[in-house]
Amino acid sequence: MKVPVNKIIPFSAVDGPGNRTAVFVQGCNFNCRYCHNPETRNLCKNCGECVEKCPKHALYVENGEVRFRPELCCGCDTCIKTCRFGCSPRIQYLDAGEVFERIKKQMPYIRGITVSGGECTLYPDFLRELFVLCREAHLGTLLDSNGTLDFEAYPELLDVTDGVMLDVKAWTDEDHHTVTSVSNEMVLKNMRYLASQGKLFEVRTVIVPELFDCRGTVRETATLAAQYLDKGNIRYKIIKYRPMGVREEYAHYRVPDQAFLEELAELARSCGMTDVLIV
Amino acid sequence: MREIDMKRVNDTRDQMLATVKSPTLTHEQKVATMANLADSMLEVLDLPEGLDELMTDTIKTKCICDLAEGHAPLRPRYIIPDYGKFMREGSKFLQLEPPKDIYEAINSLLIFYKHVPSVTNFPVYVGALDELLEPFMDDVDEAQAKKLIKLFLTHMDRTILDSFSHANVGPVATKAGRLLLEAEAELEHAVPNVTMKYDEDLTSDEFALLGIKAALKSAKPSFANHKMFKSELNEDYVIASCYNGLKYGGGSYTLCRLILGNIAKRSKDLDDFFEHQLPYVCQVMADYMDSRIKFIVEESGFFENNFLAKEGFIHRDRFTAMFGMVGLAECVNYLMEMQGKTGRYGHDEEADALGVKIMDQIEAFNQAHVNPYCEVTGGHFLLHAQVGIDSDMGISPGTRIPIGEEPEELIDHLRHCEKFHKYFPSGTGDIFPIDTTVHKNNEFLLDIIKGSFREGIRYLSFYAADSDVIRITGYLVKRSEIEKLERGENVLQDTTALGMGAKHNSRIMERKVR
Ligand code: SF4
Ligand code: SF4
Ligand code: SF4
Repeated sequence: MKVPVNKIIPFSAVDGPGNRTAVFVQGCNFNCRYCHNPETRNLCKNCGECVEKCPKHALYVENGEVRFRPELCCGCDTCIKTCRFGCSPRIQYLDAGEVFERIKKQMPYIRGITVSGGECTLYPDFLRELFVLCREAHLGTLLDSNGTLDFEAYPELLDVTDGVMLDVKAWTDEDHHTVTSVSNEMVLKNMRYLASQGKLFEVRTVIVPELFDCRGTVRETATLAAQYLDKGNIRYKIIKYRPMGVREEYAHYRVPDQAFLEELAELARSCGMTDVLIV
Repeated sequence: MREIDMKRVNDTRDQMLATVKSPTLTHEQKVATMANLADSMLEVLDLPEGLDELMTDTIKTKCICDLAEGHAPLRPRYIIPDYGKFMREGSKFLQLEPPKDIYEAINSLLIFYKHVPSVTNFPVYVGALDELLEPFMDDVDEAQAKKLIKLFLTHMDRTILDSFSHANVGPVATKAGRLLLEAEAELEHAVPNVTMKYDEDLTSDEFALLGIKAALKSAKPSFANHKMFKSELNEDYVIASCYNGLKYGGGSYTLCRLILGNIAKRSKDLDDFFEHQLPYVCQVMADYMDSRIKFIVEESGFFENNFLAKEGFIHRDRFTAMFGMVGLAECVNYLMEMQGKTGRYGHDEEADALGVKIMDQIEAFNQAHVNPYCEVTGGHFLLHAQVGIDSDMGISPGTRIPIGEEPEELIDHLRHCEKFHKYFPSGTGDIFPIDTTVHKNNEFLLDIIKGSFREGIRYLSFYAADSDVIRITGYLVKRSEIEKLERGENVLQDTTALGMGAKHNSRIMERKVR
């Protein structure tokens, strides 16, 4: 099964413990206002507009579909700025074996991989295949998720997954709708389930004070996660909203100040979390 | 001794007067410079034919460089005293009994350092400080021990006025080692340079992470591949000066270097380079080194008269010499262009393969050349990837990829290092400035160190892209001190001037941040 891969970062210091190769797949079922990779959400509609704008001729059309030649691309981002549909044409369709070949090049410098997106759980079979290959090579396997895949229904995937880094974007369903346009029922179910299985590596919340009840979200999330700490450590990452990369119409939110972030971190600790990080 | 002409005498006298009047040199720097100028008028070495031409002054044509070792070496270039023996037995000459507590230990070491000669007149090796101090760790409580260690390090920083001075820690974690690393991180000094001997089977992650934390504060320690050095030089090796692997209780008589780019420029074509020019220059340099060693051993009287040798802190038969090289990158690129090819060193398979071929040839030459006084290393010199000097312009250190041309991805950069580090038991290394505002993840660097050493990389240095202490090429300098010197103020350490030269000539501030 081939999936649309947006990019592979050989060495990443910010996608889990130690040095990891980070794989970003294309496509997401949320529409977070503060998404700073909005071009990773949709699949290309092959309208062709970006092809003409590319200064390096790295894009071309074949059989009505846009294709990408990575070796010519200079990374100028003209294409994604051009696109009206929230896509990137810089996509390569790769199967698990092909992605693994690109991961192998970093061994033994990495301790594992992290698959992110977009939303990687849109492709659960791909993830399972890839993680099986990684496990055989003694590489760690983490995934980054918005929590809409019902993990309980995919035990084989969870078997080969070391842990999930789960976004809890807002606690109340109403707030969650405001932030993402989607309900969070499944997210919270997953949080409980993953934590009970010792597979919840990290929960994270992006702090945008104007958009949702941040205090309430941190309090409730921390309280729930703390009940499961005996199953394994869970880190709570409190992420400062930054306008970088965010779509123009949503880039007006105020950046929270350090004092507020510290307050939230303290709140999480007071609810029983021990490993709390502000980034 | 051979005659010299009056013109040279008068030129030297002019330089001496300029030294006396220099507004920027400190008193110690003036004294050292005067001594070197006096030495430059001696002519006692048996110089090989052709050397003169190959050592001519201009950096554009010069193929051999003896790194200002002087005309009549009065001591070996690098001396590695057996400090352990000194701690066990004291010294008659220095009238010191073996230290009984931490106060005496630190005091004795500080005294000893003032009596260890070198090419810079400062000790290039100050000991495995963790091992030396560990026996005294129970004398005082931890806070007191840390305070003493900080005073010890500060004393070194202000009196060893040259950062080609090296302490070692590891591979095994100790309390003294931990306190040393914590102290280094807090003090942010340029001297001494520190290397952690690292072996993933011996060094705990905790200890290594402490080292990484210190490195991101003060650009030290660097990390040495303990397994690799041990396999070549045995357990009793040390890391001294920039990053030089040498024998404990021994050292290096001399270090000369090939300027490979200029050797390429002498060549008509690729064949000429491999068949004639490279072998010829290697031979002249080896003969020159032989002649320097002969003088030090047979005529200077150093090993007969210096207390270090007389009391057994050093042994003549643990000395070797370092056969250095710089500018492999420029050499390869020149040879590629000469063939009308565009591939560049560090980016192109053919160019890198050419680099490997050159190194293989230099290594084979060295293995075939025998010096009777290098018994400890099988009668051969040790290859050394020299880090460059301040006046080098357009010459990359050792086998490094030129600054500004580093591969986009760190993994590709490391894969390149893997090909070249194996040649250099007496030292090589690569340096990576790290963006710590992004990476609050020290285990990231630990994974890179582990991977590198499994893949045969010898030596790595990191510093935070925004720290004051930075690694120039092998040695450390404070950015703030360079700025002082640029304003024309005096600075304490002579390496600051070298750092300033390198900043202007070698773009060391423009390294790719990872
Ligand atoms: S879940 Fe992530 S990728 Fe998807 S829209 Fe939200 S922030 Fe963007
Ligand atoms: S970023 Fe997009 S527009 Fe720019 S060169 Fe690459 S493909 Fe072309
Ligand atoms: S990426 Fe966007 S602009 Fe380019 S072809 Fe696809 S839909 Fe059109």
